[in-house]
Amino acid sequence: MTPTLRVIAAWLAALFLVIGLSAANANEAAPAVADPVLEARMLAITAELRCLVCQNQTIADSHADLAIDLRQQVRELLQKGMTDQQITDYMTERYGDFVLYRPPFKSTTVLLWVGPGVLLVLGLLGLVLVLRRRSRMPEDRFDAEEPEGPQDQAPAA
Amino acid sequence: MKYLKFLLPLAIFLVLVGFLMRGLSLDPREVPSPLINKPAPAFALAGLEKPDTTFKRDDMLGKVWLLNVFASWCVACREEHPLLVEFSRMKMLPIYGLNYKDERIAGMKWLASFGNPYEASLYDHDGRVGIDYGVYGVPESFLIDAKGVIRYKQIGPFTPESIETKLIPLVQQLKKEAGI
Repeated sequence: MTPTLRVIAAWLAALFLVIGLSAANANEAAPAVADPVLEARMLAITAELRCLVCQNQTIADSHADLAIDLRQQVRELLQKGMTDQQITDYMTERYGDFVLYRPPFKSTTVLLWVGPGVLLVLGLLGLVLVLRRRSRMPEDRFDAEEPEGPQDQAPAA
Repeated sequence: MKYLKFLLPLAIFLVLVGFLMRGLSLDPREVPSPLINKPAPAFALAGLEKPDTTFKRDDMLGKVWLLNVFASWCVACREEHPLLVEFSRMKMLPIYGLNYKDERIAGMKWLASFGNPYEASLYDHDGRVGIDYGVYGVPESFLIDAKGVIRYKQIGPFTPESIETKLIPLVQQLKKEAGI
């Protein structure tokens, strides 16, 4: 071996040692997700909760400090054996219904839940009324206007 | 009946405009706290300057007091702080600081350089008490009555107007209620 080769070999050995050590360290960092079941439950719960700092993100998604703390809090509450419902209650006690991505059905949210259905029913009702009135009209009411409105007809293919 | 065809869409449009106008003046960042008119959550925290003294919620019973959440990293707190210092000179009620998710030295330095309006500061390093109080945007302040019930929460910094029109009248009312 020439001296140059020996130096290269020494550097390579050092490099492999460093890589080996960092790989060993990477293994040590694993306990962050020591309990995959708990972590999955935590993520399922926090995915239903709104982060108060970045309000259009869930606590599961957000990188805000508060969201990180709250994820940790949920982990600890799960370890204490609290149910999902108890944890959701814990959050609403502190931050209000605002944290829930699915708002509960109560007197203040009736319009929110029932509103779209009521609008749909009203729309259908209106449609039925108009159609029924038209069906009772004499045929010539429609025919008479047709020559004047060719733009309403479907274009020829 | 003939006009209805034109007036109805116009009416719907105007109602919509009304709702949207109202929406412009609402602040979606201000989340109403469910803690209003509920007992203040219990805590036992070490002091910021005096790590070996403990402050508990029940120590404050019988007093109307203000809990102001602050941190040295909080930019809006700097804006609010001179107002609090000035307000504390009126000696209307004791103000306690909650040093939220901060480092002890940084918090103390901050108070040394910007003035200290607090009777004492509580050191909430890991933010647990902050979570119990539903803190999500520092600065926040809680006005707590003599029975230990939260009566008002200020989210974000106080302004001269909000101190004048909200805080001071409410403090006077609460003190009257408690007969202080």
